[in-house]
Amino acid sequence: MRHLIDIMDLSVGEINDMIERAKDIIENPADYCEKCKGRKLATLFFEPSTRTRLSFEAAMYELGGNVLGFSEAQSSSAAKGESVADTIRTVGAYADIIAMRHPKEGAPVVAAAKSTVPVINAGDGGHNHPTQTLTDLLTISREKGRLNSMTVGLCGDLKFGRTVHSLIAAMSRYENVKFVLISPEELKIPEYLKQEILIKNNMTFVETGDLESAMPQLDILYMTRVQRERFFNEQDYLRLKDSYILTPDKLENAKADLSILHPLPRVNEISVAVDDDPRARYFEQVRNGKFIRMALILKLLEEAEQREEQ
Amino acid sequence: MIIGKIENGLVLDHIRAGYGMKLYEILGLDKLDCQVALIKNADSVKYERKDIIKIDRMIDINIDAIGFVDPNITVNYIEGGKLAKRTHIDMPEEIEGFVRCKNPRCITTVEQELPHRFRLTDREKGVYRCVYCESKLEVK
Ligand SMILES: [Zn+2]
Repeated sequence: MRHLIDIMDLSVGEINDMIERAKDIIENPADYCEKCKGRKLATLFFEPSTRTRLSFEAAMYELGGNVLGFSEAQSSSAAKGESVADTIRTVGAYADIIAMRHPKEGAPVVAAAKSTVPVINAGDGGHNHPTQTLTDLLTISREKGRLNSMTVGLCGDLKFGRTVHSLIAAMSRYENVKFVLISPEELKIPEYLKQEILIKNNMTFVETGDLESAMPQLDILYMTRVQRERFFNEQDYLRLKDSYILTPDKLENAKADLSILHPLPRVNEISVAVDDDPRARYFEQVRNGKFIRMALILKLLEEAEQREEQ
Repeated sequence: MIIGKIENGLVLDHIRAGYGMKLYEILGLDKLDCQVALIKNADSVKYERKDIIKIDRMIDINIDAIGFVDPNITVNYIEGGKLAKRTHIDMPEEIEGFVRCKNPRCITTVEQELPHRFRLTDREKGVYRCVYCESKLEVK
């Protein structure tokens, strides 16, 4: 049975196919509105994440399918101490595909090992969140018409930000991608990621603490939040936080066709004054999240069907 | 230092100095009721110093656990006071059951019955990662 646990489970070819599928869905929504008629998606959210759950549910409804599930552990059998494996086997009796979010890292691996239907990891703690990365890739592809040959700036918390780590890993498989890693000293990208992904794949990258001077070369600016809890003391946080808040004046030297992305929710790292700038693409990114999830659901259901026929 | 000769049993030799105790713990040798000797910082030709473990009984030893701690360890099987067999060890692809994932956010912390399993992800550097949360196993 095919599942999606980690973005690296997918080949570049598979990702490209899904991106093309998503673009076709955007162009021709009517062709897809009955594709999953009679099919059920279970959204098992052992930890609440309203926006991710809504994206999955909207995706399934737009494919003509139905949705069941729970939105927090308290309202599920997990509250009574049921194991992930048992929950997944029970749900597999009702649903054709499962999207699961869990606060513990690796929970989807346990689920996938026991599941009779495809499992999609909708986030496991601070570990993997492959559909966010697919969303980011579709957005970049739609914005630029390609996934190779560009300079991608990643700004903010590069140490703990899992979306940043997965995006770097995924983009490292495309040609001629340059990364500009913009963060305070305390939140630089972890050494193992540098070694195991950037250096191993011969990627070009620079690390800097200065967003403004990095700005002119960027084709993509991927913003993340610098959280107060990540700092040892309040002074450091207050000293640094403004340098990593995107405001209209910091965009003065940016390219005219820059695309600004953010995994959302945003707190204050992008000023609302930036929202009206045509280069702000983070709300479009949210829409893309639904379309790529539609393409993913279709792919996994089709593979499960082919398996059954054999 | 003189440690009694073994009639029947095992000698784990060429343990990198400082790792003997770790191996003793991982192999659960504290649970044996026969004589077990842990020699620290013995002179070695291969390394400057080495640790040695002698077990005065032929027991089923977990070769995977030894390979995980240090693939350069040799296992000598002693029978009737003589060396019967010497085994060199390879780093196992997967290990299970004798080390635990220490990541507090790992699913294994809440699901007690899950086996703690690790996969070799970098043979050169001897890196093992949890099959669930992918945390690096820090024992070495
Ligand atoms: Zn783990």
